[in-house]
Amino acid sequence: MTAGNDTIRIDNQEIPFTAGQTIMDAALAAGVYIPHLCHHPGLPPSGNCRLCMVEIGNRSVAACIAAATAGQQIRNDTPELNAARKAITQMLFVEGNHICPSCEKTGNCKLQAMAYHLGMLDDHFPQFYPHRELDASHPDILLDRSRCILCDLCVRASRDVDKKNVFAIAGRGTQAHLIVNTPTGKLVDSPMAKTDLAANICPVGAILIKEKGYEVPIGQRIYDRQTIRDIGLYEQAEEKNKE
Amino acid sequence: MTTEHTTKRKLKLATTSLAGCFGCHMSFLDMDERLAGLLKHIEFDRSPFTDIKHCGPCDIGLIEGGVCNAENVYVLREFRAQCRILVAVGACAINGGVPAMRNYFDLQDCLEEVYLRGTNVTHPHIPDDPELPLLLDKVYPVGEIVPIDYFLSGCPPSAEAFLQLLQPLLVGEKPQIAKSRLHYD
Amino acid sequence: MLHRLHAIQRDCLHISRESIQQVAQEFDLPIAQVAAVVAFHSFFHTRPRGRFDILFSNCTSCGYLSGGQDLLQLLCLQLQVTPGETRADGLVSIDETSCIGMCDQGPSLLINGLPITHLNDNKVVQLAQLIALETPLPDWPANWFDIHHTVHRRDWLLSGSPVPREIMLKALDIGRDNTLAILLQSGLRGRGGAGFATGRKWQLCREAPGDTRYVVCNADEGEPGTFKDRMLLTTYAENLFAGMALCAFVIGATQGFVYLRAEYHYLLESLQETLQSCRRHGLLGNRILGHSDFDFDITLIVGAGAYICGEESALIESLEGKPGIPRIRPPFPVTHGYLGQPTVVNNVETFIAAAHIVHSGNETFRTTGTASSTGTKILSISGDCALPGIYEYPFGVRIRQILDDCGAQNVQAMQIGGPAGTLLNPAEFGRTLAFDDVSSGGSLLIFGPQRDLLTIHRNFARFFAHESCGFCTPCRVGTQLIQKELDTIAEGRGSAYTIVELQQLARLVQQQSHCGLGHTAANHVLEGLHKFPLTFSSRLQPQFTARFDLDQALASARHITHRDDSAAHLSND
Repeated sequence: MTAGNDTIRIDNQEIPFTAGQTIMDAALAAGVYIPHLCHHPGLPPSGNCRLCMVEIGNRSVAACIAAATAGQQIRNDTPELNAARKAITQMLFVEGNHICPSCEKTGNCKLQAMAYHLGMLDDHFPQFYPHRELDASHPDILLDRSRCILCDLCVRASRDVDKKNVFAIAGRGTQAHLIVNTPTGKLVDSPMAKTDLAANICPVGAILIKEKGYEVPIGQRIYDRQTIRDIGLYEQAEEKNKE
Repeated sequence: MTTEHTTKRKLKLATTSLAGCFGCHMSFLDMDERLAGLLKHIEFDRSPFTDIKHCGPCDIGLIEGGVCNAENVYVLREFRAQCRILVAVGACAINGGVPAMRNYFDLQDCLEEVYLRGTNVTHPHIPDDPELPLLLDKVYPVGEIVPIDYFLSGCPPSAEAFLQLLQPLLVGEKPQIAKSRLHYD
Repeated sequence: MLHRLHAIQRDCLHISRESIQQVAQEFDLPIAQVAAVVAFHSFFHTRPRGRFDILFSNCTSCGYLSGGQDLLQLLCLQLQVTPGETRADGLVSIDETSCIGMCDQGPSLLINGLPITHLNDNKVVQLAQLIALETPLPDWPANWFDIHHTVHRRDWLLSGSPVPREIMLKALDIGRDNTLAILLQSGLRGRGGAGFATGRKWQLCREAPGDTRYVVCNADEGEPGTFKDRMLLTTYAENLFAGMALCAFVIGATQGFVYLRAEYHYLLESLQETLQSCRRHGLLGNRILGHSDFDFDITLIVGAGAYICGEESALIESLEGKPGIPRIRPPFPVTHGYLGQPTVVNNVETFIAAAHIVHSGNETFRTTGTASSTGTKILSISGDCALPGIYEYPFGVRIRQILDDCGAQNVQAMQIGGPAGTLLNPAEFGRTLAFDDVSSGGSLLIFGPQRDLLTIHRNFARFFAHESCGFCTPCRVGTQLIQKELDTIAEGRGSAYTIVELQQLARLVQQQSHCGLGHTAANHVLEGLHKFPLTFSSRLQPQFTARFDLDQALASARHITHRDDSAAHLSND
């Protein structure tokens, strides 16, 4: 079986695509889930988290930035790829301070939900326990860098949707960290508002809206009820409805 | 060890809480009446439930809590030496958990904040009695010190999760925690 | 903007928050962008460095340990400085940096950007005295700053001399299409390591739609162990500029850039003079050699200590005043390069080779080397050999031949192409230097029998962990974890488990990373495990051992409580 002129094939399922779509776009639109953390429908892709790595022949590509081209034979939901994705998720866990029981975001956290999805039982790698700066200066928004996974979603949301350009990522290697585009480097001096997309798009508990944390009890939160797969497909459908 | 053999004699189970809150132990007790069924197949060795101070040869060891001081290291090593199967139970054992939040700070700052600068401190003095176990520079997950056979996540793991772990072990099978049951909180 | 930041760093010894704000205003950029560029580069600092700012190379050939003693520690002791920190009186700061390209010159350092080579304990003690007396650098022994290039073998390229005028006249005479045709027929492939056909690249760029086109020379020679561009930039700069002008002529560009690595900042002045002289001779600028529709000029840009900027799309990002994070490819720079316009990025040696080919015709070039790797390759050879230096060989030469020529005996292992390249064991010395056999950007590190290969692996691992741009998870975290695992083995806490772990990590970083840095960062580990298993297995414990030093983890508590009783210690096994 080969894929047609305007289709790609993911794990033996034929999927239509339109010119300019990435593999991720085409897959999600067809209801095929490819794990992702730094991708969000409606924002330009970045390709940094590497959860969406798929295989074409003997090449590994990030589905969120690779263009769909006719006839691609793509492996996605395989034990090998899911093992690699689990290891990448574990890397994100040990690199930051992800102590779920103490985090307001627990149950609504995509990193945690990804770990559930991939069956992560432990963090596997040695913990880094980094010291990172917390910014509580803003009256409505908390920035806790120790949980930041450098996915760049807030950077893109603020720049491309909110048109405020509040964030950037600075520093190399594990020194990389989120910075605020103000003379003081503090969030309070930025034009950010709690209604901004950038304030609500954080997949983890790095950017939190204050005084909201426990409105929904633990056990009844998003990923207590649904899987990240369901939510990933739902977000795509919701974006399509907007168009 | 054959399955036949394990069904004949009771399995020995040891439990301990290192740098933890005993919440995992409380959750273990949440198995309620199911505990009675379980006790037909297991007996406790060292555990807060028995107050036995040292661990003899055991089939299963459950470790709650991370490793924050020298004594935790001794206990953890004793468990590893004596238990055929060692399980890290709960968030603290697995990645340090809430006690590991002290890792954001320098140990000296932590101790000074508590024993010298803290509110209501009347005799400022950092405890130095040789009877007290020394603190490690950080709180560590148990897996960084000894090899661990299974991980039971959750803060605490639910009673159901304990059952899912123990029931297969009782009949000599590998426990499989269903993804839908996975929880870190 | 990089120029401006260099000037501030030089004058103020750091780039303060206020300076960042000011630069952002001057260049009409977001503060965060300027701050991100500052944070990205090792040579920019947000806290003041010493008036004497010293950076020791930490490369296996020109590093502070390469002479058999720890020269960095010696200097720190002499001057009472903590590595990485500025002394309280602001006089001096001492730190280490990735390879500074002095690998044939013995242990080396940069002081306020100037290289001092052939270091030994004696020289370090003298150096400490000069600093303590605050002797200005111009009053230091002048010969300390001399860099001699030793070329041990010249072939097709290095036996020629700089003839920029003849090169340009020839091209103008035969025209754009014929110039390109000569290059296409020559089979010249990029000398940076990847080996893309140069003529094809120029052709693709010429054909790509765009408002304007750019020529960029990648002089960010950062692969540890390579220093041949340092010589080429000194001796063949005119031919380099001619090569770039040729490219501009072929593709229709008017603007070129040379992106010079910060470690070669000291070459800037002479390069500027050469540029001026080329302009005076009508070889650059408007109406080159009187040709009415051929304007082209070159700007020199100095990097600021980031290996990743040697990756062409990262280099372009850096040129655009952004952190050097590799772009998503495709599109490639030939269609979407500098400012989104079609851009040719070639290595120093490639441009010079192109100039020679056009000048002398491609006959000799085509018949030199092998069918798929035509011409010659310039190698930087260093490490355990009698004659370190620069060698030019036709492609197809056997590794054994090279080792014989440079006087290397009882070689234990070789690293070709830098830490990202290939690790060879003696059984492989019959292999040949070629794009389809052992490929190299030019770095050849030789390790004699006395070397501990694990130390080499740890050095490489540390290099990648330090140089990873941090963009993607597997490289950012994986390179750190590889370093940790190798340290674990070296510290005697490794077990069979560590080896399995290393293998899995290395494959993950290799397969799942975003760019070439990550794809190659773990090669040395995988090759080491395969070709030199004893390096690792001879240090392993029979069973799992704690991942960190338990007794050391009690050290701060012992210090705080003033305890040293037996209960205040832990055994590690």
